[in-house]
Amino acid sequence: MIKTDILIIGAGPTGLFAVFEAGLLQLKCHIIDALPQPGGQCAEIYPKKPIYDIPGFPEILAGDLVDNLMQQIAPFQPGFTLGEQATTIDQQEDGTFVVTTNKGTKHQAPVVAIAGGLGSFEPRKPLLDNLAIYEDKGVEYMIKDPEKYRNKRVLLAGGGDSALDWTVFLANVAEEVTLVHRRNEFRGALDSVEKVQELKNQGKVRLITPAEITAIGGKDQLEWASVRREGAKGEVEEFKLDIDHFIPLFGLSPKLGPIANWGLEIEKNAIKVDNTLDYQTNLPGIYAIGDVNTYPGKLKLILCGFHEATLMCQSAYRRIHPNKRYVLKYTTVGGIQGFDGSKKEAPKAVVKAIV
Amino acid sequence: MSDIQVTITDRAGKTHKVSAPTDMNMNLMELLRSYELAPEGTIGICGGMAMCASCQVYIISSHEMEAKSDEEEAMLSEAFYVKDNSRLSCQIPLEDSLDELVVELAPES
Repeated sequence: MIKTDILIIGAGPTGLFAVFEAGLLQLKCHIIDALPQPGGQCAEIYPKKPIYDIPGFPEILAGDLVDNLMQQIAPFQPGFTLGEQATTIDQQEDGTFVVTTNKGTKHQAPVVAIAGGLGSFEPRKPLLDNLAIYEDKGVEYMIKDPEKYRNKRVLLAGGGDSALDWTVFLANVAEEVTLVHRRNEFRGALDSVEKVQELKNQGKVRLITPAEITAIGGKDQLEWASVRREGAKGEVEEFKLDIDHFIPLFGLSPKLGPIANWGLEIEKNAIKVDNTLDYQTNLPGIYAIGDVNTYPGKLKLILCGFHEATLMCQSAYRRIHPNKRYVLKYTTVGGIQGFDGSKKEAPKAVVKAIV
Repeated sequence: MSDIQVTITDRAGKTHKVSAPTDMNMNLMELLRSYELAPEGTIGICGGMAMCASCQVYIISSHEMEAKSDEEEAMLSEAFYVKDNSRLSCQIPLEDSLDELVVELAPES
């Protein structure tokens, strides 16, 4: 069981900044995120896009903002459970919450802060009738362990960076790699596109374009896929491929996910918070901050998420330490005291007496 | 002209005729969101960067549209429910020439 003061669900900018604000109050944080890396949308969807409305940064790439936040919270040593989705929450007799992920990891904290953005990112699934039957029986949406594909016949579909990168990687692992894409052109880093082209020329991967997977099948496990390819003159060719694995890589789509079943008040696909005093939900001890919440006047901006994280931490402190008094301190005065023993503070002014 | 008329069929099949300003640097996706024609979180997820296809529409009227950028083409090549008249509404700036535009939202995917 992982124990902490504030359990944060969502490692986007708001969740990360909450670690900093909690750290100033000497509260420890642990973050759960369904994605394998911190940063949320900023890291997953648009790491190379500039953001212009972060105070103090006339322009900053989304990925750099995440890197900076990670650096900023490093002294507060947050724990991370990445690549796992928070699925259930149970309140204990002592008032604390136990949150369990889809992989069974348990976390316990007196305060839970949901900073889930638009929700957890789930793979966009192709529109094939019997897809669900073969999930984990040959159909996978993410590659977690490439060794699983050693000496297997792998079919990938998609035209973005993931499809290209995994095609390149698996070319040296799998027995056979086929990449199917709806267009002849790929959207990805030039280097990856060129590598795939080179592997195709060497006969190490099979590229089928413009084409689509129209059906999949097999007995107990996935055994084949049907491919529909359109020729240059509009002629259509349909054929079957014998495969062991089918990996559709069509990007991710955000869904509120299991959080929607936690008994929280939901409005317009977001978690309703009662007030803008501390962003607490209808369940005391559970807060919602950032894009995942809604209240009158809500703006889905990163900077608003930072503000909400700050107020949430103040309220969490009072909940965790009801008998302690706390006076807001400025970092310019108090500095920061890391859990790793580090201390940052403003240098003392040198005063020289005139005699 | 500062307002144009746009007819939009939502995902439930209901048709809405809405006024759209052309002097606010808005795109069609932002118009769809401002009239709340699809639930929050199901349209314009990437914020209008042609990176998610959640705002895909079918252009029903015969308006002359600006050509798709490479980014839009690429995203549509990965999206589902794509037809010949599919466009990403986030890539369509609202301009006077689009008065009486008729579009239909593609299904959510």
